[in-house]
Amino acid sequence: MSELKFGGLFEYSPAPESTPVKLKKQYDLFINGEFVAPSGEKYFGSVNPATGKRLARIAKAEAADVDAAVTAARKAYEKTWSKMAPPERGKYLFRIARIIQEKARELAILESMDGGKPIKESRDVDLPLVAAHFFYYAGWADKLNYAFPGKNPKPVGVAGQVIPWNFPLLMAAWKIAPALASGNTVVLKPAESTSVTAMHLAEIFQEAGLPEGVVNIVTGAGDVGEYLVGHGGIDKVAFTGSTAVGKKIAKSVAGTGVKLTLELGGKAANIVFDDAPIEQAVEGVINGIYFNQGHVCCAGSRLLLQESIHDEFVARLERRIKTLRVGDPLDKNTDVGAINSKEQLDRITNLVNSGIEEGATLYETDCPLPGDGFWFRPSFFTKVASSHRIAREEIFGPVLSILTFRTPDEAVIRANDTCYGLSAGIWTDKGSKIFQIADRLQAGVIWANTFNKFDPTSPFGGYLESGFGREGGMHGLMPYVQL
Amino acid sequence: MPSFPLQHPAPPVDQIGVEERASKFTKRSIKNDAKKTGLKLAVSMMDLTTLEGADSKGKVSHLCRKALRPMADRYDCPPCAAVCVYPNLVEHAVKELEGSGIPVASVATGFPSGQYPRKLRLADVSYAVESGAKEIDMVISRGCFLEGGLHEVFDEIAATKEVCGEAHLKVIFETGELKTYDNVRLVSQLAIEAGADFIKTSTGKVSPAATLPVTLVMVEAVRDHFLATGKKIGVKPAGGIRTAKQALQFLVMVKETVGDEWLSPELFRFGASSLLGDVELQLAKLIDGNYQSAKYFSKG
Repeated sequence: MSELKFGGLFEYSPAPESTPVKLKKQYDLFINGEFVAPSGEKYFGSVNPATGKRLARIAKAEAADVDAAVTAARKAYEKTWSKMAPPERGKYLFRIARIIQEKARELAILESMDGGKPIKESRDVDLPLVAAHFFYYAGWADKLNYAFPGKNPKPVGVAGQVIPWNFPLLMAAWKIAPALASGNTVVLKPAESTSVTAMHLAEIFQEAGLPEGVVNIVTGAGDVGEYLVGHGGIDKVAFTGSTAVGKKIAKSVAGTGVKLTLELGGKAANIVFDDAPIEQAVEGVINGIYFNQGHVCCAGSRLLLQESIHDEFVARLERRIKTLRVGDPLDKNTDVGAINSKEQLDRITNLVNSGIEEGATLYETDCPLPGDGFWFRPSFFTKVASSHRIAREEIFGPVLSILTFRTPDEAVIRANDTCYGLSAGIWTDKGSKIFQIADRLQAGVIWANTFNKFDPTSPFGGYLESGFGREGGMHGLMPYVQL
Repeated sequence: MPSFPLQHPAPPVDQIGVEERASKFTKRSIKNDAKKTGLKLAVSMMDLTTLEGADSKGKVSHLCRKALRPMADRYDCPPCAAVCVYPNLVEHAVKELEGSGIPVASVATGFPSGQYPRKLRLADVSYAVESGAKEIDMVISRGCFLEGGLHEVFDEIAATKEVCGEAHLKVIFETGELKTYDNVRLVSQLAIEAGADFIKTSTGKVSPAATLPVTLVMVEAVRDHFLATGKKIGVKPAGGIRTAKQALQFLVMVKETVGDEWLSPELFRFGASSLLGDVELQLAKLIDGNYQSAKYFSKG
């Protein structure tokens, strides 16, 4: 049997990102345009997941701090932001976008240090998209009447926004940009493990001269988010995160008149037909599941392979994951970085163990892993049944579950056999098949012959337990306007 | 002699996907020791080439001496893989390189257009081989391929291989004229099964020539053929590779696609005339610690 040798010939030397960054020892809350210490004077550590060591101390907001943030946002909404001429709002957003571009490299490095994602991704994917979102919604600020012709759209009020740890800055941009463009003010709660870049974003708001109170940022654990979304002073809740928390939020705001959008988990099917451009499909599957260590709600975590190509495809995948470079997120040649936290690593390990116990076969790379920090080898399971936990529950890690199908009908049934409905992928060289299958898939985003592509002009969101409401594009304005 | 149809069908290639994949290889950061290793490897894989109407014995002599000793001793730079010339100058180049172990490669079969009767094209090959060429870079009939004459193209490659005898056969596709990646993948498989030892992107006379995605498609064809049959075929991008940075990107692509065994002049070559100059400059910078004026390097 012929096999390729991926050895040490022409081994890449370390290529650490060396741009200096202004990382602070301690980060305060951002309320009413100023950085203020938390009223309880308590701080918690934010860990660099690639080393397991503390990176900075983050303010722990108390209820009184959240109250102050909501009050500041309300005042800014009533006194300045909703009254401001829309082209002026647009100018602020354009200014923010430009400053983000200027500081993109520094922000990318901080994002990688705090979250563990490879610098290649924070530099080439996250930061360009963050700036693009602000630019895009800046353009809508004075054109809302064209987005909703004849409806005279009005802002909603104060938005309470809670974001996850997988794309900290990008999720902040997704939430803040459309809210501000349509005249709302914001109280944002970043994830506990990744608050650093949100506070640097706050500095950018200051630098851009954004009026005080228009955006307020409170940091802390889940209880801070819970208090914020249940706060009587807000008019709109936007949440991205786990389905379990999403359900709790939906219950807490039910009947209050507060507008709600939820962007939750996923278990996307990536369907590969036997007539697919196979080499590009392998790359798409790799990008679909190992991008950002699989910490992606729309990750292509279930691979559905047509039976006739199963063995060949699995062999290609096995060969391909050997060339993935796992390690230091700040090395420019790293493909897969660190798992975001100890808790997440435990969750992944637990689900992978369940996969082995339930009878699936695990393949993993044999790459060396760094000693400290939180790491998981890029892996995939074959012989997975639809009933296995690894086929039903979101692993949110670099672990792929491979299932098979025989016909297009069966592919559709298997793809839709989930409580989620966020994204899906279709791989075939046949254009007509793409449209036939896409019509029958229950997923908010469907990619054809590609995966994990994002653009601010394109709406994003889910069906079923993946949530409701859309972010991005013209659709992304809807949750933030009254028509 | 092998015959048509193909034993292993060519899978479809998605343009967006293959170009995206190729662009990822350009994002690798190659520094320090890796860069030094890569640049020396690139020199050792170089088919130093001159293919001009104005080529003379003097020009070829110069090129041969350059191939033998590209840089001063203290840089520890290996010699080039081969010298590539028109058939008319093969004999002269062989004399210049005698005893060095560096083979002479000759373009043939009516290079660069291939628009001559098969009899003349094969005579071109036997002339070059008799003159001492150890490697033959043939061109396929692109017109014939594009009008669907796969069978004929297969046969002309097989016939050329027979005339080559012991000489290695490199098959030039002129991918800039074949246009689609599907065509490149198909013609790669066709040439491999017809008996090519190497598959080569371009003549250097048509633009675009050796792009990274085109070469990736060819490397993938070679890899899949190896996995299916155990037989190793070489790949030679030629034309348009002018900088050390580009050369390193090709090496990254080879390393991550087909592995270590292809990181050798036995299985991977660069066809280039001006690439060596920039590689010298970069290599000297790594070893001496600072960039030097281009004036310090010979102009080929």
